[in-house]
Amino acid sequence: MSEPLQQADIDREIAEYAGRPPTPSGHPARDYAPYRSTLLRHPKQPLIPVKDPEAAELTGPVFGATDVTPLDNDLTKQHLGEPIGERITVRGRVLDRSGRPVRGQLVEIWQANAAGRYLHQRDDHPAPLDPNFTGVGRCLTDDEGRYMFTTIKPGPYPWRNHRNAWRPAHIHFSLFGTAFTQRLVTQMYFPGDPLFPYDPILQSVTDERARQRLVAEYVHDLSEPEVSLGYQWDIVLDGPAATWMEEGR
Amino acid sequence: MNPTPSQTVGPFYGYALPFPGGGDIALGGIAVHGYVYDGAGDPVPDALLEFWQADENGELRGAPGSLRRDPTNGAVLGRNGVVFTGFGRVGTDQDGHWALRTVRPGNGYISVCVFARGLLHHLYTRIYFGQDPFLDSVPAERRHTLLAEQERDGVYRFDIHLQGEKETVFLDFG
Repeated sequence: MSEPLQQADIDREIAEYAGRPPTPSGHPARDYAPYRSTLLRHPKQPLIPVKDPEAAELTGPVFGATDVTPLDNDLTKQHLGEPIGERITVRGRVLDRSGRPVRGQLVEIWQANAAGRYLHQRDDHPAPLDPNFTGVGRCLTDDEGRYMFTTIKPGPYPWRNHRNAWRPAHIHFSLFGTAFTQRLVTQMYFPGDPLFPYDPILQSVTDERARQRLVAEYVHDLSEPEVSLGYQWDIVLDGPAATWMEEGR
Repeated sequence: MNPTPSQTVGPFYGYALPFPGGGDIALGGIAVHGYVYDGAGDPVPDALLEFWQADENGELRGAPGSLRRDPTNGAVLGRNGVVFTGFGRVGTDQDGHWALRTVRPGNGYISVCVFARGLLHHLYTRIYFGQDPFLDSVPAERRHTLLAEQERDGVYRFDIHLQGEKETVFLDFG
């Protein structure tokens, strides 16, 4: 048996990768060894470029009013009782890389509860489940590309990448643009989390400015007196879209 | 503008993203199925695949209603079985297996987006059902990784290898 990986080992690797030039897009490289699960799950061959202006991926799935219900964006109202935790709102805009709003598209979120536990059988660490919190929400962006969720602040939680590995608190986001090429799944973090430097998943974004784009901003004016704290997080989707879509929508 | 960086879908999306009927884009057509494997040749039980495709006539407009909800109780009703939405979403099972029921797209291929724990940025590939000019731009020895293999009438097999000797061709749209 080899010694279990320590945080210091991971810290050393994170520092080593931080010295490499970041990817031009700011997306993490898929072969990022400090996050051990990447080792066997990243392709080693170069991606094949597609230049076809008729490519199906330049269009994408559409969603509408039938795909959501009005309560879906309030994660505190999905059960008979109130969930435990610090009530927050998270709002922002979804934009394409030209800065245009992404309208009427699906935003999905999922998260741990206030104790850092997911409602998932594979999360079996000793933190309580909350019978009044599932942790799943969805909504459509409005004509300005805006979305909004009411939820509770998720807790940090342990994982088994190495000994004493803890994920900073985060909310998972899944986003669609007008094209399948703009698909994005990512995670939103909370400002000032002391776990940032220890987390190989966040640190896989090796460019500091790009990493900052994953951190929401606390905006006092968005807090609601006696009710909730307000966070703002804008999202910019990468990837090209069909020209006719850009003109037509 | 600078894009928001990708992060892994992680292991816990299972109660959030998959939905009933997610693999039933259309019934009465073909079935496509396969396994997702890692670089050691082991099946990946926590991958999530998304599919986007044209209808039988090659029409790529799509339609809402893949995740249709019941407004009385919020439950997911899923597709109404009439409208072709063009979108599918399937998680791999404990054996790393997935299955999709759909129609053969008029433009020749189904677009696939792969998410998984351990994959920091999703990957795109395509399922082709026969020869296509695009395949000529792919190195000859890897071309077969984009071609579904017909197992029997109406049933096609398409495995995805994230890494290794059989590594699937993944695509970059720039």
